[in-house]
Amino acid sequence: MSHRLKTGGRLIDRSRDVKFTFNGKHMKGFAGETLAASLLANGQTLLGRSFKYHRPRGIVASGAEEPNALVGLGKGDRYEPNQRVTTTEVFDGLTCETQNHWPSLDFDLLAVNSLVPQFLTAGFYYKTFLRPRAFWKHVYEPVIRKSAGLGKAPSPDARDPDSYEQIYAFCDVLIIGGGIAGLQAALSAAETGARVALWEQTAHWGGRAPVDGVTIDGQDADAWVAATIAKLEAMDNVHLRLRCMGAGVHDHGYVLGYERVSDHAPGTDAPRHRLWRMRAGQIVTATGAIERPLSFAGNDLPGVMLASAVRDYVVNYAVSPGQSVVVVTNNDDAYRTAIALRQAGVGVPAVVDARAEANGPLVAEARAAGITVLTGKGIRKVKGGKKVTGVEICRIDSKGTAFTEVFDCDAVAMSGGWSPVVHLWSHCGGKLVWDDTHHFFRPDASRPPLGADGAGFVRACGSADGEMGAVLMGAHEAGLAAAKATGASGTPPAPATDQVPDMAPMDAVWMMPRNAEYDLRMKMWLDYQNDVKVSDVQLAAREGYQSVEHTKRYTTLGMATDQGKLSNINGLAILSDALGQPIPATGTTTFRPPYTPISIGAIAGGATGPVFQPLRRTPLYDWHAENGADWEPVGQWRRPYTYIRAGEDRHKAVNREVTNARTNIGLLDASTLGKILVSGPDAGRFMDMLYTNMMSTLKPGKCRYGLMCNENGFLMDDGVVARLSDDAFLVHTTSGGADHVHGWMEDWLQCEWWDWKVHTVNLTEQFAQIAVVGPKARQLLERLGGMDVSRDALKFMEWSEGRLGGFDARVFRISFSGELSFEIAVPASQGRAFWDRLLAEGADLGVMPYGTEALHILRAEKGFIMIGDETDGTVIPQDLNLNWAISKKKDDFLGKRGMEREAMVHPDRWKLVGLETLDGSVLPHGALAVTGGKTANKQAETEGRVTSTYYSPTLKRGIAMGLVRHGPNRMGEVLEFAGPNDARIKARIVDPVLYDKEGAKQDV
Amino acid sequence: MLLLTCPCCGVTAEETEFAPGGEAHLKRFGPGSSDADYESYMFNRKNPRGVHFERWRHAYGCGKWFLAARCTMTLEVFGTYPAQTVEPPAEIVAAIKAKRPEWEGFA
Repeated sequence: MSHRLKTGGRLIDRSRDVKFTFNGKHMKGFAGETLAASLLANGQTLLGRSFKYHRPRGIVASGAEEPNALVGLGKGDRYEPNQRVTTTEVFDGLTCETQNHWPSLDFDLLAVNSLVPQFLTAGFYYKTFLRPRAFWKHVYEPVIRKSAGLGKAPSPDARDPDSYEQIYAFCDVLIIGGGIAGLQAALSAAETGARVALWEQTAHWGGRAPVDGVTIDGQDADAWVAATIAKLEAMDNVHLRLRCMGAGVHDHGYVLGYERVSDHAPGTDAPRHRLWRMRAGQIVTATGAIERPLSFAGNDLPGVMLASAVRDYVVNYAVSPGQSVVVVTNNDDAYRTAIALRQAGVGVPAVVDARAEANGPLVAEARAAGITVLTGKGIRKVKGGKKVTGVEICRIDSKGTAFTEVFDCDAVAMSGGWSPVVHLWSHCGGKLVWDDTHHFFRPDASRPPLGADGAGFVRACGSADGEMGAVLMGAHEAGLAAAKATGASGTPPAPATDQVPDMAPMDAVWMMPRNAEYDLRMKMWLDYQNDVKVSDVQLAAREGYQSVEHTKRYTTLGMATDQGKLSNINGLAILSDALGQPIPATGTTTFRPPYTPISIGAIAGGATGPVFQPLRRTPLYDWHAENGADWEPVGQWRRPYTYIRAGEDRHKAVNREVTNARTNIGLLDASTLGKILVSGPDAGRFMDMLYTNMMSTLKPGKCRYGLMCNENGFLMDDGVVARLSDDAFLVHTTSGGADHVHGWMEDWLQCEWWDWKVHTVNLTEQFAQIAVVGPKARQLLERLGGMDVSRDALKFMEWSEGRLGGFDARVFRISFSGELSFEIAVPASQGRAFWDRLLAEGADLGVMPYGTEALHILRAEKGFIMIGDETDGTVIPQDLNLNWAISKKKDDFLGKRGMEREAMVHPDRWKLVGLETLDGSVLPHGALAVTGGKTANKQAETEGRVTSTYYSPTLKRGIAMGLVRHGPNRMGEVLEFAGPNDARIKARIVDPVLYDKEGAKQDV
Repeated sequence: MLLLTCPCCGVTAEETEFAPGGEAHLKRFGPGSSDADYESYMFNRKNPRGVHFERWRHAYGCGKWFLAARCTMTLEVFGTYPAQTVEPPAEIVAAIKAKRPEWEGFA
């Protein structure tokens, strides 16, 4: 059983107990350790069930690569699934629960899957659920959904109470990884004077070297690490961060760092996570290496761990994974574990070495300590159910039909060699090369990721670079070269010297034993988290999968939350062997950021709630807010949908506003309307290109409604243009379209007609614009006085400028409601005062503001189109019977050529009509008119659709507009529209103008 | 996230400050043009693995459009230049040739 050792533990503080609960059970750990160490110290080796087979699983690793030991951490609003216990620092009050079992961790009924593993082989889902087709919806999908997914999603009602933040930062040289290589690289770079940042993902500097007994300049590594950190901390040009993972290296030196600021110390006012958005001139990856498992039968049982992890637990946390640990290896490094265990007083029955000979210095040391070393052997299988009880040994080159020795033990420490952590090197295109000595991929320094200038911007050092011996000199050179590449010129002193024992070459062992029979191979796990075995990859190869990317997706190898940190190389090797080709010919799958999952909270940062996106407010925003505005988002604007009064619902409020505008006076805050000034000697020429109709002939003082199309001929925006002077036009755009239209104008002026003398300014926010609408509108303006707004002085579709009631006003005599209407622009700063004045002066005239819904109904009763309702990016003006607004005199305008295409002039295009339900009801928005026939695809054939639909309080029934095939030629015909629940709603085709067709009311 | 230098205001900034505008140096075909010319202007775009010319706008800066010569494979930026030109200027072509001798030239 795993247990706490009486002495030792370089990272724990035995004087500080930490209390936590595991599946409701109270446990105790020490400050400074990970949850994994605490759990092992409490004898808890069973930590979860596997994804497919629900096999018992325990801790394998000691860091970010852990595939098995995932728990649900926290409670309620702070619950988070799939947290790795190996990277979670234990703290007082921590609660966690195990995942993926039913009904309990110890007794899991779904472990029955494990009894018939041949049914869940590679491609199981593809093969099994194809037939019968009808089963998919009601049988297969519900069952799969129920068993799919790892961990439980937090409750939908949960709200994350923690805060998160993001920081933009800059440095010359960013070093990722705070082991001794990273520290040396940082020191050498910093000593040149370059601005240096150093990130370490764990809570401690120094990495593996102190655990592995490396000595530096004759001292132990811990002493050198402490001295180096002291030096770095004293330098102004160095920025150090612990608990900060380099999550991803992106284009041109952009790096994301994920800092877990207070995960280990909840309850402070610090943010929980911080996302560093770093722009680095040069990057040095010193991310170390990850040990590989060995593939032997039963290598997934709780108690089978990486040899390096066992060493970490013993040395760092004074925790042993067992009383008696068999070490199995193909290299010298694992002997360090045997020695560490023996020194800690833990039994080591044997080191099982796959190599024919083992005689490096570490092997000699182990032998001298009295440890039995078996060579040319491997583990045939691990014995045990929910925990290791022993191992059977066989000859490495055999089929494993019989064992040669048996050892009782309660843990196994395995080492299949190391793989450099090349993720960050690879994220942005750095290439890898296969190393035949160490049997791993390492960065190919001749093909680094390239920056904006075409030069490499990432260097690797230490074991991340595949350096398995002394690393400090290489790290020094990497740090120095990176600093020089950013223009630094200082000369750092020579680095310290790290002494590491010589290592005899390793042997590649991808399967143990090498010729293992099928029943052993189907118990050899490659990907622990996704339950992918040696036999699955071999099956995929037999079924014709050759590309590693395809095999990955077919078998799900490396697709779990650990992204195959342990399994990738072993899986590649098995695939390469099955395909009869060398490993580099198979290649790797793509390494994508982030290195380990990062929280959504960190990605969102502070941009949540009210600051999720900027809010645009009109000058009248506060008035609306104080007077019952029911807000509607329009782009980034907020506009009142309606103003709800006591005793009203939305519907009643809207109807009141419409009726009042038709009988008294309505006020609309139209400030969001786009206002773009187009001026210059070539302004008229430019306006003629922008609009489908002729604008250059418009006289100063006059207004004209115009249409803008894109080059496809599709309607893009509309609005009223006012000619201010011979060389200036004021373009009104839709509320949502102002920025786009302004950008569109600039695009043409800067990139196509750059010799035209035209200047554009987006004045949208400079003015408050208020529509005064209704039969008594003129009466109100006359009360304000100062400008002649009589019918003859200011005709329909004219504008004038002056002082209206003491305000600087530009009055447009235009109407989007069909009523007598003035749109009045005043400087934004005068907007609120002007609005208040209108309300006060017009009180006895029945003045009343209306919102966007009333605006829509008023325009729909008049048959006016709305961009975004009647148009959807595929509608041309001709579809909306707007041919009158398309100039035939102009040789060219944007969209003219597009409109000439065959499909645009086709007689079968759907065209705008009004629609009137026979029963007076309101048609559903977007409803399709169905013919009753079927298309070639056996779908219902349609001949039109609803584009706008409202209840008209004026006409007291539902009104709608729609696009219908040959619509205008079918007046009076009754169509059937598809409603909810297969309902069919009958509606008659009518003229879209349902109110005051002659236009008498707007021109009075 | 690319780093680009706006040739108008001289600012070097990252991609989020700019808005992409697709392929550069397109010739507009308006009324009277053949179907084939119009189709090529509207819809047919180069998609090279290597040297490419692009339109960018310094949308959250000076607002000016400019053009960039860039390698779509390595993301190397050979240079940026004002949009008021129908073909890459000589110094941009020279910069590309220096880095990519095998490049067939602007066509």
